[in-house]
Amino acid sequence: MNKIALRHAIAEALFSIAQVDPRVVVVTSDARGSAGISMFFDQMPERAVEVGIAEQSAVGIAAGLALSGKKAFVFGPACFYSARSFEQIKNDVAYTGSNVKIIGVSGGVSYGPLGSTHHTLHDIALFRATPGIDVILPSDAFQANAIIKMLCERENPAYLRVGRNPVPLIYDSPKSTFNYGRGVVLRKGQDVVLIATGEVVWHALEAARLLAEAGIDATVLDMPFIKPLDEELIIEVASQIQRVVTIEEHSVYGGLGEAVTHCLSELPSVAVKILGIPDEYPVTGTQEEVYRHYGFHAEGIKGAVMDFLGKVG
Amino acid sequence: MKQLERKALQLRIEVLKMIYEAGSGHIGGSLSSLDILVSLFYGVMRFDPHRPFWEERDRFILSKGHSVEAYYAVLADLGFFPREELRNYCRFGSRLTGHPTTKVPGVEVNTGSLGHGLAVGAGMAMAGKMDQKGYKVYVLMGDGELGEGSVWEAAQIAAHYKLDNLIGIVDRNKLQISGCTEDILRLEDLMNKWSAFGWEVLNVDGHNFEELLKIFKAIPLTKNKPHVIIAHTTKGKGVSFMENDRSWHHRVPSKEEFEKALGELSTKLRELEENE
Repeated sequence: MNKIALRHAIAEALFSIAQVDPRVVVVTSDARGSAGISMFFDQMPERAVEVGIAEQSAVGIAAGLALSGKKAFVFGPACFYSARSFEQIKNDVAYTGSNVKIIGVSGGVSYGPLGSTHHTLHDIALFRATPGIDVILPSDAFQANAIIKMLCERENPAYLRVGRNPVPLIYDSPKSTFNYGRGVVLRKGQDVVLIATGEVVWHALEAARLLAEAGIDATVLDMPFIKPLDEELIIEVASQIQRVVTIEEHSVYGGLGEAVTHCLSELPSVAVKILGIPDEYPVTGTQEEVYRHYGFHAEGIKGAVMDFLGKVG
Repeated sequence: MKQLERKALQLRIEVLKMIYEAGSGHIGGSLSSLDILVSLFYGVMRFDPHRPFWEERDRFILSKGHSVEAYYAVLADLGFFPREELRNYCRFGSRLTGHPTTKVPGVEVNTGSLGHGLAVGAGMAMAGKMDQKGYKVYVLMGDGELGEGSVWEAAQIAAHYKLDNLIGIVDRNKLQISGCTEDILRLEDLMNKWSAFGWEVLNVDGHNFEELLKIFKAIPLTKNKPHVIIAHTTKGKGVSFMENDRSWHHRVPSKEEFEKALGELSTKLRELEENE
């Protein structure tokens, strides 16, 4: 199975765009290796800015670059860019509307055993509640590539979160059609809708396959854009099927699940189950072990869906 | 110089009126920083009020965003937006909020939370170097603001990148909201701090136009170094009973206080005009 880490797919896509678009600059905070952007420093150092371990200033400087005409991409660990520099993101970027894209890498629990200082399970909640910035979690390398191209063509601020480890390809090519702000129907079924975002989409797809073996036919939606959220698609599908399970590598508070629930709140006949990380600092383990612990792997999702369907009928 | 002094007095009166009418504002810091703003906008910087996004313009960032009344008064006077709009300052629906936003022509970045301006300014200065543009970037900070660690992050980065087109200005009025800067969080030896961070440091009387203009026009004194000007000022400058009184950091004058302050400033303006 072909697996690619999204951080590498993003860096490569941006690097190839930067070769023809002189406005692209990258900013990082001693994270060029973990973000996979060393090639900018090696091959176009005049457009690669290193600020040292200073995430607040990385964002402030990116805002200054953007306000002077650059397309500024800030790369670094999602945990720090959603906490340490959040005020700069709120004020210098989102409130000002400067053309800065924050690329948070190694998000969710992908730093696994490094502990909760390095986990990012609150970022969707924070950025969702911040006007003026889009929130995006691509699900595979092809989608990430396509989204980077779209971001280069747009002048608005965005936060994009990916994990650290290689994930399987879901789509056929970077040319697959992705529309900005829209979700993608990956599979059509009539018993339940699984809505997932980011790198757990693959697990949701696998779960649908297992559910089919158990006689349950699931629709699967990939929802890379948490903001703007494709409410039209969610309402359309949920109106038909009325049983919705959301899956995300994020706290159960404030993430995709709550966004979907909010969007469906005027459809009282729809039941929603939110699968996410409970309100606790996760157990120690690799990303995969943590997934298994919380039931984010295909078997776990299958079990949760069957349990949910049993309860709501 | 007389012309700048007169302009500064007129704008002090404007600031006083704005705050009194709005029932809100930061008068102490606006009055301490006003002469710095007047020197920059009327004697040093290149800009075009009719083309606020002119690429070659010098950039100004009010990092101490609470001194916004002085900033708006200057921008309106220069024609960035209609002067009558100052009467709407802080009123419902007005774009003239109590801290600067880019909705107001001439404002480069939204500020208000302290410790943000220097990094944004460094980014603008960096872009200027990348694009081989000749513009300069001026960032006005409060002295109390220097308590924010992000200022010193940005200071290190600006020195590392040799941004000699970046000019920091510290409004050194020695007061912050809770008291004297040296009692709240000691800043001195401020000159040596900036110097140790790799900056060229200059001291100036922040109310002396001759000194201010001379220093601004001489920059860069040292190639490849960012410059910081420590401008020694008086909080509440120009109104006798507001000077050096921390309670005027964020206090609205009563009717009596307003009239007294207006009387003082108007008398000074009249005397200045009579002596011309």
